[in-house]
Amino acid sequence: MESSQLGIQIAYVVAAALFIFGLKLLGSAGTARRGNTLSAIGMLIAIVAALTDQGIVDYRFILGGFVIGGLIGATASRLVQMTAMPEMVALFNGFGGMASLLVGAAAISGAVDVFTLITVVLSILIGGVTFTGSLVAYGKLSETIGSGAVTFKGQQIVNSLIVIGIIASAIMFCLAPADPVWLYAVIGLSLLFGIMLVIPIGGADMPVVISLLNSYSGLAACAAGFAVNNNILIVAGSLVGASGIILTQIMCKAMNRSLSNVLFSGFTAVSDEKVEIEGEVKPISVEDAFYVLEAATNVAIIPGYGMAVAQAQHVVKELCELLEENGCEVNFGIHPVAGRMPGHMNVLLAEADVPYDQLLEMDEINPRMETVDVAIVIGANDVVNPAAREVASSPIYGMPVINVDSARTVFVLKRSMASGFAGIENPLFFKENTRMLFGDAKETIGGLIREFS
Amino acid sequence: MEAVFLTFILMLSIFVGFELINKVPATLHTPLMSGANAISGITVVGAISLAGTGQQDLANWMGAGAVALASINVIGGYMVTDRMLAMFKKRGG
Repeated sequence: MESSQLGIQIAYVVAAALFIFGLKLLGSAGTARRGNTLSAIGMLIAIVAALTDQGIVDYRFILGGFVIGGLIGATASRLVQMTAMPEMVALFNGFGGMASLLVGAAAISGAVDVFTLITVVLSILIGGVTFTGSLVAYGKLSETIGSGAVTFKGQQIVNSLIVIGIIASAIMFCLAPADPVWLYAVIGLSLLFGIMLVIPIGGADMPVVISLLNSYSGLAACAAGFAVNNNILIVAGSLVGASGIILTQIMCKAMNRSLSNVLFSGFTAVSDEKVEIEGEVKPISVEDAFYVLEAATNVAIIPGYGMAVAQAQHVVKELCELLEENGCEVNFGIHPVAGRMPGHMNVLLAEADVPYDQLLEMDEINPRMETVDVAIVIGANDVVNPAAREVASSPIYGMPVINVDSARTVFVLKRSMASGFAGIENPLFFKENTRMLFGDAKETIGGLIREFS
Repeated sequence: MEAVFLTFILMLSIFVGFELINKVPATLHTPLMSGANAISGITVVGAISLAGTGQQDLANWMGAGAVALASINVIGGYMVTDRMLAMFKKRGG
């Protein structure tokens, strides 16, 4: 090994160590920021090392790529609103996938043996699926296209045909790599497959999809690493791949569904058994709600996607402070799949300056729920639905939920009585101790704040 | 042999990844994801040599495109993660 090559390899080892150490520091909120910086330093070292490669004769293309990509990335990261993080992460996943596709495709001329050709195909396949899948996810999350599940007759047959087509073209490509037709077929079918995979998945299942695409973007980098024979791509790619898979598992577990159920349930119609719900919906005025809250000593706030939509995180924090000044203990109960991506609610509340040790996970808040005077549900529905415990025929039966109905009083902030995204009836709204606060969450909480001051 | 060696690296990294990520608390899952996103921009390293061949052929252009896309991930991913993590504060801190 030449000395310059050796230098590059050593730099990659250092970079890999920094990635691993950076991820380790992400294990606690106190050290996470330092971990991210370490990881960024690792990346810088890897890039500088790659730039010293003797094979590089022309730096113009590299520089052009850096400038364009860097400017876009820096601008996007500064301007993005915290409520729009899911869209941004989805889009970035897609870019990562496309980059791996391009690297795989550009590496073909150097591919001599069948093993390398297979890895080229894999990086194109995973990269392509990640790219278009992420674009569809982005469209659904940003509501540029409808967020609902898109299904049609014969979807499974079409998908099976695409898979068979991908396998056939991949085999033909490996047998006759000189003929570009098969390569184009693999690229085209992979891109199509990415779209087909994500369109049948509805908005509420997005935390799973976005985690899975995150994992794919890592695996695509991994495959590209095999294609260009570069071990730092393999190490970093598999770290990301593992991370995405774990998040996917956590999300699936939090919904009590298997991954295949999330991915393919759009194909099977949900059984429409009507659940008989007894009792009536009891609305409450902001003024009356204020009197209840003023007397409360222990309040739990359960946010959901509706809080993000209404951009209500800052007024929630304001209300939280007023309650605390009034001698009341306030905690937040965060369900793992509340929002549109893992940890979505935590970031929004952190943005509003809510300390992270006030944000309790579901398993922490549930045992305390019986001592809670008022549980305030803001724009959450399925994650507080008692039907998941009580109604065996409910589509979400068995899903772990936050048991707000055990609290003395429950306030539900909701736009109207129209049924939620999943179209599942929520018996919580009809319970004896539930009061509905209809209207925009931000305005309702603003009204409560005015009552306090 | 090369293939076996690379597969070895793959296996070990996946195990390390699982061990590390399992310890990340739910509070930090969004920053974890965007941080992982930035790391997946590592493809830039593979793209650099493809973009620097000076051939000015299709592969060269694809390499340059990959550098641009992966840089979006790297720069954007690390910056937005830092922006988010800066917001996480302890009670009274």
